[in-house]
Amino acid sequence: MKRQFLSGPYLVWMFLFTLIPLAIVVYYAFTDSVTGSFTLSNMASMGSYLPIFLRSVWLAVVSALICLVVGYPVAWCIAQTKPMTQRFLYMLVMLPMCISFLLRTLAWVSLLEDTGIINRLLGQIGIGPLRLVRNDGAVILGMVYNYLPYMIMPLYTVIMKIDHRLVDAAQDLGCDGGQVFLRVTLPLSVPGIVSGVTMVFVPAVSTFYISQKMGGTTSTMIGDVIESQFKTAYNPNLGAALSLVLMVLVLVCVAVMNHFTGEDESVVTI
Amino acid sequence: MKKASKIITVVVFIFLYVPMLVLMVGSFNSGSDLVVFKGFTIENYKALFADRVLLPLLLNSLIISVIASLASTVLGTAATLGIQRMGKKMRRFTMFMTNIPMTNPEIVTGVSLALLFAFAGQLMKIKSILGFWTLLIAHITFNLPYVILSVQPKLTQMDPNLTKAAMDLGCTPVQAFFKVVLHEIFPGIVSGALMAFTMSLDDFVISYFVYGPNFVTLPVEIYNYTKKPLHPKIYALFTLLFLAILLVMLVMNILQARDTARHRNPRLKAKAGQPTV
Amino acid sequence: MSKELIRLADISMAYDGEVVLNNINLYINDSEFLTLLGPSGCGKTTTLQIIGGFVKPTAGSVLFDGVRINDIPPHKRQVNTVFQRYALFPHLDVYDNIAFGLRIAKLGEDEIAKRVTEMLEVVGMRGFEERKVDNLSGGQQQRIAIARALVNRPKVLLLDEPLGALDLRLRKDMQVELKRIQQQMGITFIFVTHDQEEALTMSDTIVVMDKGEIQQIGTPEDIYNEPKNAFVADFIGESNILDGIMRADRVVEFFGRRFACVDEGFGKDEAVDVVIRPEDVDIVPADGGHLCGTVTSVTFKGVHYDIIVDFHGFKWLIQTTDYQPVGAVIGIRLNPEDIHIMKRSKYSGMFGDYSSYSAEYDEIGDAALAEELEAEEDGE
Repeated sequence: MKRQFLSGPYLVWMFLFTLIPLAIVVYYAFTDSVTGSFTLSNMASMGSYLPIFLRSVWLAVVSALICLVVGYPVAWCIAQTKPMTQRFLYMLVMLPMCISFLLRTLAWVSLLEDTGIINRLLGQIGIGPLRLVRNDGAVILGMVYNYLPYMIMPLYTVIMKIDHRLVDAAQDLGCDGGQVFLRVTLPLSVPGIVSGVTMVFVPAVSTFYISQKMGGTTSTMIGDVIESQFKTAYNPNLGAALSLVLMVLVLVCVAVMNHFTGEDESVVTI
Repeated sequence: MKKASKIITVVVFIFLYVPMLVLMVGSFNSGSDLVVFKGFTIENYKALFADRVLLPLLLNSLIISVIASLASTVLGTAATLGIQRMGKKMRRFTMFMTNIPMTNPEIVTGVSLALLFAFAGQLMKIKSILGFWTLLIAHITFNLPYVILSVQPKLTQMDPNLTKAAMDLGCTPVQAFFKVVLHEIFPGIVSGALMAFTMSLDDFVISYFVYGPNFVTLPVEIYNYTKKPLHPKIYALFTLLFLAILLVMLVMNILQARDTARHRNPRLKAKAGQPTV
Repeated sequence: MSKELIRLADISMAYDGEVVLNNINLYINDSEFLTLLGPSGCGKTTTLQIIGGFVKPTAGSVLFDGVRINDIPPHKRQVNTVFQRYALFPHLDVYDNIAFGLRIAKLGEDEIAKRVTEMLEVVGMRGFEERKVDNLSGGQQQRIAIARALVNRPKVLLLDEPLGALDLRLRKDMQVELKRIQQQMGITFIFVTHDQEEALTMSDTIVVMDKGEIQQIGTPEDIYNEPKNAFVADFIGESNILDGIMRADRVVEFFGRRFACVDEGFGKDEAVDVVIRPEDVDIVPADGGHLCGTVTSVTFKGVHYDIIVDFHGFKWLIQTTDYQPVGAVIGIRLNPEDIHIMKRSKYSGMFGDYSSYSAEYDEIGDAALAEELEAEEDGE
């Protein structure tokens, strides 16, 4: 028996349950919801969703950048500790991801709402109540909170792998601390940065729960629209068209990001 | 700069764990709201164990996660073994397919599977195709890439001469796999399976699009709950799940530590490699 | 002309209470090629790192041109390092690797181009400017690492086992090459190695270290011909080391016989270590020698034979170009200048007996070294 055949069932499975479904998405996107005949009207209506697409991309980009700025020092700090501590801290970063993000998001709502925990505490020292939730800021906070681990993990992996002798070599050649960072550590972290930004951007741009719970009435994101097409408005053809555009959008973004690293596979961690 | 990074790190860890703390405190709250702590109680835990809705849903989730992670581990490990022997073109195509569920937004995967099932339902003239089987298929599908990406590095790191040595000593290829290769890639298989299990257990987005009213998983039900005020027994459930996952991760951590210790000390490795029978 | 450049005064170093360096005193002259030689774990790399500024000694002073530099960070020191396994920047090409230090020093691009080209010329790597460093062979990476350090015109170049990763042939070529570069640039090289032959070939001065202490400092000839103790005698080349007693100046007794030698200044009847190099022994017919023994093993080494000869139960290694069969009874003669006398030390009795000699001793040594390197890699 040839060993390649062991991949057979997998290939059949992935063909049936990833490639064909995508083909069906394309099919639905180009057919009419009532008559079932070919139409471009779903795709034509995408124009009216442009502002929502732009908002989604904007909020996701801001979240990804905040995650990068906040996550980098954390990843760097973890990489500086002893191996046992590293493993433990890494686990602490991963742990929240394994636990219902719905409930954790809900906990944020209870922290931030007008009568929430933070506003109560602020009230006791005579401030507020502040409007902390139901706005774009809260949506970004929710995304940063939920997806920060996706940033820290790949960053930590690349930073940890940087040969400490390269840092020594840079110092030896005249770099002070800041220059070592800018000229050696940061350039060598690029694959991790790309991977981290991708891993935050993709789920953030397509989220629907966070914007529903943390966002205001104007914070609708593309995920919300898609969800409603399938769950309430029941127009799967429009939903498929939106999904198709979202997918292409994400693929383009990922391709652009990967272009920076010069390799077509991203750093996969966990 | 080092000091600033340390401060940020501490703040981030607080940021990550404050909501969890809120939920855990909520589970011992005699009031029904997360915001106001009315008094300490374990009534919520009693209510949880007396509950006839949540626990069966948790069981549903566990059933799906266990079956899906086992199936994807077997399927994925077999695939990895095959991928290693593939030609360049075939391998690229396979990895391309593997990457689709990884790069695609979850909602797109969910939607595409929902449409597939709707389509299949029409073809087979079944009204409500959505349920256990559709959930299981969806979970296996998004678990597979994780298994492959965690087993593959172990397989490529392995010294190819090990298999040859085993066959040289009289093993058939199948025996060589079970006696030598499996042992070498086992850590990858375990971490892949555990990852698949946790991803499955916590999955909401994809399940949300492919579940049917006859078979609901816990995260989906929690989502439906969160549209109205939550009963605090859910916080109790959360607390217990949190502790369970913490335990699993600690065990994983220790296993990994032992694994690296073994690789660091060749003598110990040799000892561990000896048959124990 | 040779003025003192670096001085290590009473340097001690301990990690977590474990002493790595114990009271090191050493001065290094301008433009000299100095080698720190010793087995792994002897503290040679730590000494180098202290000079480079990567490690701060727990006690003692590092002086550069008479100024204490203990607290000066590496990037402000006038020394550059060629690292073990090179530490070239993988995100930069050959040119940018070499230009790295000059850009940090904010030189003009014209000047940088001129100096990088000049350096590439020195190391014989013109035309490799645009190459990725990952695509270079070990020897080429080696040259780039040297160029990257030297282009900054340091007063001192530190080299941490730079030839360790190269194969034997390349290593020999690079030894000659390094010596040439050092003479061409006219600067101080401080070289760390565990390979005694490498040290003997290249150095002006050798510092032999073991267990965190300096065992001997001297020219290669001094170190080889006048080892100070059994450790040095054994580590540098092959030695037969015997127990002896100084009966008077220039008279030593061993194997119950008195021999004329050239050493003096020892106490009367002082117990000493006697070193006899295997290549210094003259073989004569059994009845015409000072000592008489039986050949127990013969190994062909190319230029000569290694033969093991049993004298009264003590086995000597003798190198000879004349074949002697196993079992042959031979005599040996020792000229006074072939006998070297050393003071007793803590190493006495630990080295210099070939009773357990086997023809594979070289291979065993290499395997042990390979394992060591591996362990080191794992540790990093």
